[in-house]
Amino acid sequence: MARPTPSRQGNPIVYVGALMLIGLMLGPVIYIIIGGFRTNSQITTDPAALPDPWVFGNYTDVLTSDVFWRQVGNSTIAALATTIGVVVLGVMASYVLARYKFRGRGAMYALFAAGLMFPATVAITPLYILVKNLGLVNTLPGVILPQIAFGLPTTIIILVPFLQAIPKEIEEAAAIDRCSRLGFFWRMVLPLSVPGLITTGILAFIGSWNSYLLPLFILNDQDGFTLPLGVQAFASQYSVDTAKVLAFTSLSMIPALVFFSLFERRIVGGLTGAVKG
Amino acid sequence: MQASPPYRPRRRGIGWAQRLEIAALSGPAILMFVGFVIFPVLMAGYYGFYRWKGFGAPTDFVGLDNYVTILQDSLFHEALWHNGQIVVLSLVLQGPIAVGLALLLNQKMRGQSIIRILIFVPYVIAEVIVGTAWSLMLQTNGAVNDVLRSIGLGWLAEDWLANPQLAIWTLMLILTWKYVGFAVILFLAGMQNIPEELSEAAAVDGASYWQTQWRITLPLLGPTIRIWAFLSIIGALQLFDLVYIIWGQYVASTAGTSTMATYMVTEGRNAGNYGYGNAVAVVLFVISMIIALVYQRFVLRRDTEGALTGGR
Repeated sequence: MARPTPSRQGNPIVYVGALMLIGLMLGPVIYIIIGGFRTNSQITTDPAALPDPWVFGNYTDVLTSDVFWRQVGNSTIAALATTIGVVVLGVMASYVLARYKFRGRGAMYALFAAGLMFPATVAITPLYILVKNLGLVNTLPGVILPQIAFGLPTTIIILVPFLQAIPKEIEEAAAIDRCSRLGFFWRMVLPLSVPGLITTGILAFIGSWNSYLLPLFILNDQDGFTLPLGVQAFASQYSVDTAKVLAFTSLSMIPALVFFSLFERRIVGGLTGAVKG
Repeated sequence: MQASPPYRPRRRGIGWAQRLEIAALSGPAILMFVGFVIFPVLMAGYYGFYRWKGFGAPTDFVGLDNYVTILQDSLFHEALWHNGQIVVLSLVLQGPIAVGLALLLNQKMRGQSIIRILIFVPYVIAEVIVGTAWSLMLQTNGAVNDVLRSIGLGWLAEDWLANPQLAIWTLMLILTWKYVGFAVILFLAGMQNIPEELSEAAAVDGASYWQTQWRITLPLLGPTIRIWAFLSIIGALQLFDLVYIIWGQYVASTAGTSTMATYMVTEGRNAGNYGYGNAVAVVLFVISMIIALVYQRFVLRRDTEGALTGGR
């Protein structure tokens, strides 16, 4: 382990590189957050400076507006419903794919895996017509149902290896104890796969929280807007009020960031498992 | 449920109870997936043959007219060309940068885990937020030009978004910023799977750090790089959000950043021509599928016996 190469530890170049990297990656994010604490005239005269003085009016304006909270509510409902739907349907289908042997299993897996290649972009126009025919335009279910369907491939690809890794012996022991396969699923598989469920759940939540194209097609009514649509509407409506736009924007990215930082390890672990194949 | 021994080889098929379980467990997911993913794609093929404003059932059958129009429209040609540039530039820019960053972050160093979180932040932020923030910063009198002037590089200040020679590079800059973290995380994960003994053995044999990376790390990282490239290509072909948010529906084509997907939305839904929009969707689907299949057949085959070709 103790190898005397300079790259082992404490190489200053590595730290300098890492610091520059962090600066580049976080610069724009910090610009948004700090910009929200400035006034428009500060931003106009000196676009890239620190607030002088710091103003909190932009943030308090946004935080006390009905529009913002209504959009937070819509986004939260859509994201939670999508997450629950994706995880419940996904784990059920993954269990079948992982632990049952039947003809058509390969085809079923291929069906979902093929979905991985096609994000909602390709299907958006006919999808809109379908949602319209179902009478779900301008409703959150019109966003939630397609999001569940398009979230399934990723979820299944991540969960199947996870469920396959549960040792056969546990299943045998359960069978000896007269536990049916469904009972085994309920009492053993679900508890054991909680980490995988969290990974896929967080991915689904963040995906829904950030989703833009589908709500853009489905939700035309200001009252039904989710946050991404709201941010854009706000930005064009208050295009002269840059500071307030920045405050609105930075507040709307908090939930995804919080969720991500809480579960970062699990997300990265889940992605890794899926890629190893 | 029958308590049959679970290990008996089931040559004669499976019992009805198991069939029922399979149907009950996988049925809902299959229904959702077929209903909201497969069915719309098939319907696009149908609607694409009609001139149709989206009200009532389509009646004005025009055969292949929509497709002829698409393939002759210079706006579509431009969009396709931009998509091609974005696919290639994404691979060429993000790949090496991400490998470099992954090598950097693979060193033993303090604060490694926090850096990994931070590098992933742009990937987690919504496209709308990224688009709004960057377009504010890149305005002619925005923060980027201001910083350039204040450090004496005023001659570099540019009209980043509107200059047609420059806009596609601006887009690539933003795309790289947003998505490079994803590639770095994948590559780091791949590197962690490479046994440490290999580089130790190489060091014993007198290989330098760079030789070790070039001869051992990179080749063993191959499968991860190829999967990432696949995801990157598919994403680049279907790019919509950032372009539409930053350049809007009208400016994208004059700034030289329109994509097939923005063309689809602009000419289809926004113009009220749903038949035409569906035909564009079919073209986009076919192009993506051909590229995906070719890539899987010739590049991914050896890596993904498990991940993408069904059953492990």
